[in-house]
Amino acid sequence: MNDASTNRPESLWAIAWQQLRRKQIAMICLAILVAYAGIWLYAEGNFWSAKLRGVTPNYRISNYAIRNQPPSATHWLGTNYAGRDNVSQIVQGTRIAFEIALLTSCIVIPIGFALGALAGFFGRKIDTGIVYLYSVVGSVPGILLITAISYVVRGAVERSPAMQTVTRYADSGLLAVCIGMGFTGWVGLCRLIRAEYLKHRERQYVLAARAIGVRPAAIMFRHIAPNVAHLIIINFSLSFPGLILTEAVLSYLGVGIANEPSWGAIINDAKQRLWLGNWWELAGATAAMFFLVLALNLFGDALRDALDPKLRTAETKTA
Amino acid sequence: MIAYILRRIISVAPIALGVLLVTFLLFRVIGGNPAYRIAGKNATPAKIAQISHARGYDLPYFLNFEKFPQQLFHAQFPRLARNILRGDFGESLTSKMRVSQLLRDGVLPSLCVTTPLFFIELILAVALALLAAYYRDTWIDRSLVVLAVMAMSISSLVYIMVAQYWLASEWRLFPVWGFEGPQYLILPVLIGTVAGTGGTLRFYRTVMLDEMYQDYVRTARAKGVSPAKILFSHVLRNALIPILTNVIVALPFLYTGSLLLESFFGIPGLGRLLVSAISNGDEDVIFAETFIGAVLFVLANTLTDIAYTWADPRIRIK
Repeated sequence: MNDASTNRPESLWAIAWQQLRRKQIAMICLAILVAYAGIWLYAEGNFWSAKLRGVTPNYRISNYAIRNQPPSATHWLGTNYAGRDNVSQIVQGTRIAFEIALLTSCIVIPIGFALGALAGFFGRKIDTGIVYLYSVVGSVPGILLITAISYVVRGAVERSPAMQTVTRYADSGLLAVCIGMGFTGWVGLCRLIRAEYLKHRERQYVLAARAIGVRPAAIMFRHIAPNVAHLIIINFSLSFPGLILTEAVLSYLGVGIANEPSWGAIINDAKQRLWLGNWWELAGATAAMFFLVLALNLFGDALRDALDPKLRTAETKTA
Repeated sequence: MIAYILRRIISVAPIALGVLLVTFLLFRVIGGNPAYRIAGKNATPAKIAQISHARGYDLPYFLNFEKFPQQLFHAQFPRLARNILRGDFGESLTSKMRVSQLLRDGVLPSLCVTTPLFFIELILAVALALLAAYYRDTWIDRSLVVLAVMAMSISSLVYIMVAQYWLASEWRLFPVWGFEGPQYLILPVLIGTVAGTGGTLRFYRTVMLDEMYQDYVRTARAKGVSPAKILFSHVLRNALIPILTNVIVALPFLYTGSLLLESFFGIPGLGRLLVSAISNGDEDVIFAETFIGAVLFVLANTLTDIAYTWADPRIRIK
């Protein structure tokens, strides 16, 4: 290693990674998350290979001769009401949980970041307007607004001819849930980013850039954005578990995912069969959800501590 | 101080108007004509037109320029705003009752569940958070945190289903369903406490630990104040602000009730009303509950700001 590279200051990410590596729990959680991501990719492959060939994917083939069977060597968690293997349902549920998190983030991150940056950087009227906007959206209790949006959007998506091409590939309930959680979830990120831009606006490097005549857009995105980008990651990892838990509630309320085996839908289906003593379906989906949410909660905390120890995020109520 | 409170109260109005606008846009504009949702999937165009006309969905959204100038405000949004100011939220599709009457009927059962839940959860969470902060970095603290995170990672649906099946149905410790006496409330409140305390406890603990490492705590310790006194009179007082926020912001949920607990246990409150309204497409009920919940939330936020000035004298100067 030459002198130039040893003298280079370490990046935030490198320091954070070193801190994370020292925490045993964080590393165990990371391993669990990697395992889940592997299952997700497998399920995604399974789903798309069937979709593109135009056949029913194997997890959806029903066999009424073996419905509601207890766990056995061939079906580790038994079968459900249509004789489908519960393990493969839960594997597909992993796919849906990740899809929800990614799709929702595709709405949350651009809106939250752009509005937060604009409000914090320009201040004045823009700031007043954006703060008003997020106060309004933020003041509808989360679960009510998410429910209302998913309820309304699902009807609109199913009726709209323009959305037909989209709903051929994505469940209309999935879209509705993501839109509902996306258009409520940006408020938290927007607040964080705005506060951070307010701080950075007065820093010397920004004043220096202004003084030599860098355009405001360039300062906003090329100079300040890299310094606040870690908030996006923290926000993503801390809101992921909430999304999974909310999806389950939405499924119960009947505005969630209907035609795909999301964990919420499985739990909701298992509700009736619990009264017949079939507990394995519920237990399987709950366990799958539990370990992912637990790992995300713990890893998200460790990540936040490593990247931004001063940040304090309030717990949000789901239902 | 009074001027500040008045200013805060006046600032509720624009937000409430914004909330009305957002809910209106959501239900009437973005989601298309609500008549489609009311009529169901296989409705004829004539049926849709009839519902639209009867419920005023065929009017312009904001201003009626065709009937200018006498009936300029004969449009959806002005009509809605006028009705809401009068306390009229329309009529329920399924029961044909006034929505305002349904809301009045549902408040008491909702409060019966949410009020005990609110206080038990608050006391338990603060007490456990103090315990964890006092014994920080010992096995007591660590196991409390682990338990809290684990409790947060299970869906509240699962808590309800498991408890209802085993505790109420199999072991017959509690009634399974209904709302006929206090014994019907024990299990819902118990489940709500178990499912909700984890997250709150963890948040309060973080807040208290943040205060633990402040200079004033070190000073107090240096001059020989006992650890218990530091915790109760110094740390708790300063941790009060985030705790107050959390508590007051939870107040609107007392009114809206618990969607899941009420519908699983057959408690005829506002939560269950909303759940059945969603499954029946009862447009006016969903709208009313969303709007009222939001307005209460705005009020609660204002109340938080006012409470800050009481809890923290430093804020009064601004």
